[in-house]
Amino acid sequence: MMAQAAPTAAPDTAKTDDSAIAARQRWMAVLARTDRKTLETEWSDKYGATTWSHLREPQVGMVMVRGRAGGGGQRFNLGEMTVTRCAVTLSDGTVGHSYVKGRDRVQAQYAALFDAVMLRDQTASAFIDVLAEQQAAAKRDHAHKVAATKVDFFTLVRGEDE
Amino acid sequence: MYVAVKGGERAINNAHRLLAEQRRGNKDVREIETDQIEQQLSLSVTRVMAEGSLYDRDLAALAIKQARGDLIEAIFLMRAYRTTLPRFAFSKPIKTAEMDVSRRISATFKDLPGGQILGPTFDYTHRLLDFTLMANGEDPAEAPSGENPVDDHMPRVLDDILNYEGLIQDEPTPVDENAPVADLTREPIKFPAGRDLRLQNLSRGDEGFVLALGYSTQRGYANSHAFVGEIRYGTVSVEIEPEELGFAIDIGDIELTECETVNKFKGSKTKLPQFTRGYGLVFGQNERKSISMALVDRAMRANEMGEQIMGPAQDSEFVMEHSDNVQSTGFVEHIKLPHYVDFQGELELVRRMRTEVEARLAKADAQEIKTQSEAAE
Repeated sequence: MMAQAAPTAAPDTAKTDDSAIAARQRWMAVLARTDRKTLETEWSDKYGATTWSHLREPQVGMVMVRGRAGGGGQRFNLGEMTVTRCAVTLSDGTVGHSYVKGRDRVQAQYAALFDAVMLRDQTASAFIDVLAEQQAAAKRDHAHKVAATKVDFFTLVRGEDE
Repeated sequence: MYVAVKGGERAINNAHRLLAEQRRGNKDVREIETDQIEQQLSLSVTRVMAEGSLYDRDLAALAIKQARGDLIEAIFLMRAYRTTLPRFAFSKPIKTAEMDVSRRISATFKDLPGGQILGPTFDYTHRLLDFTLMANGEDPAEAPSGENPVDDHMPRVLDDILNYEGLIQDEPTPVDENAPVADLTREPIKFPAGRDLRLQNLSRGDEGFVLALGYSTQRGYANSHAFVGEIRYGTVSVEIEPEELGFAIDIGDIELTECETVNKFKGSKTKLPQFTRGYGLVFGQNERKSISMALVDRAMRANEMGEQIMGPAQDSEFVMEHSDNVQSTGFVEHIKLPHYVDFQGELELVRRMRTEVEARLAKADAQEIKTQSEAAE
């Protein structure tokens, strides 16, 4: 619904251009992969005094995951996954959202709070960058370990040729 | 007549208490924790997620513990739990081409771009019991790392390597992105079933059943000779587009196993011979299931290919109505529950039939004796 409403919204909202959306997509993806404890600790260290309220209490539900036949063909419903969502409002009215895999309400709440902080003044940028780097490093380490299981075929020359 | 019978309540309560005690087992043995199950029995966890049709590792671990390791019972628990949750959204179709692979192999091309990546596999193990796991526990050294990481975007064997000169059938394109997608969790299965419904059904179908059917296609109960074009196992990110945001967001990663089979197709009057596809996609690491699923998916495309139906795996109705182990176990096991009144009826009927037959036999005997004595005279 919001997607359809967007073109008629005020010009500055419409100008929430692709790069702003891409930046938000990045931090939301990073927050969705960050455990509750890390988020909670950072929040109480840096933003403990912030006043905020729930726009939507953390709620556990599901997303139906879709695949495609043959990887690129007809869509089909593969199965569901648990997801928790939350929306918060900071005292200045900034609204933050989160949708995170799993059933951790506290994680979802802090993910929404950091989303709001990032929208308000980007002060959590450094924190997000560190998390992003940790996540990328974990992924890289795994990709290196997996690479060690790559087969190096070699052919033995046999027979009576000179 | 329906007779309500009471009096089982205390017995039931005590039976459940006994169950709880036996689940715990000998208290001198440490209790198993759900995070141990989640980490160390991870293939049980993925099976319960796949057939429970709900991706949540912690819940699956809990279900396995509660079910004393009975995976079908655990799957039942997952299915029951999912009915309590609202559905927020459908994801955008996941992109398996962008999977971060932990394993990727092809049985059709040896030297394929990206390479044969074995990953964490039981293949090539000797299947000898390792008694050190029992005696000393396990503290393996860290697995070695390769110099270069595996490729980010592994080329797909069927689409990127085999798909030239029309050698392999394309997935029907363009895909109508606005067409409704069948969902057996909301609508009863109807026949003929589209491929979307068949794939959903197979992905959550019982591993043993799908395996047996896949095997049957190889043994001649379907005209199918399949190669594994590619298997990949790894993680993909899931994206949804919440209405309140209006753009797609990444909500986290899930593990999947994908299998694409290549099957021969002899061609028809209008089509040249070419290869056709079977597709398997399953939650978690489960190669056996994904290969079986691809075999059965291909077999169920018999009508579409104009092939003769020769075996059960090609019969969508047979496959789809019997693949769900919660449904199957429900009906098979319900016959152990009280059927006293039904059985009373059967008992009366059998007694009456026996009386009738006995009377008829007695009459026939009497007749025979009479004829014999007449003949003797």
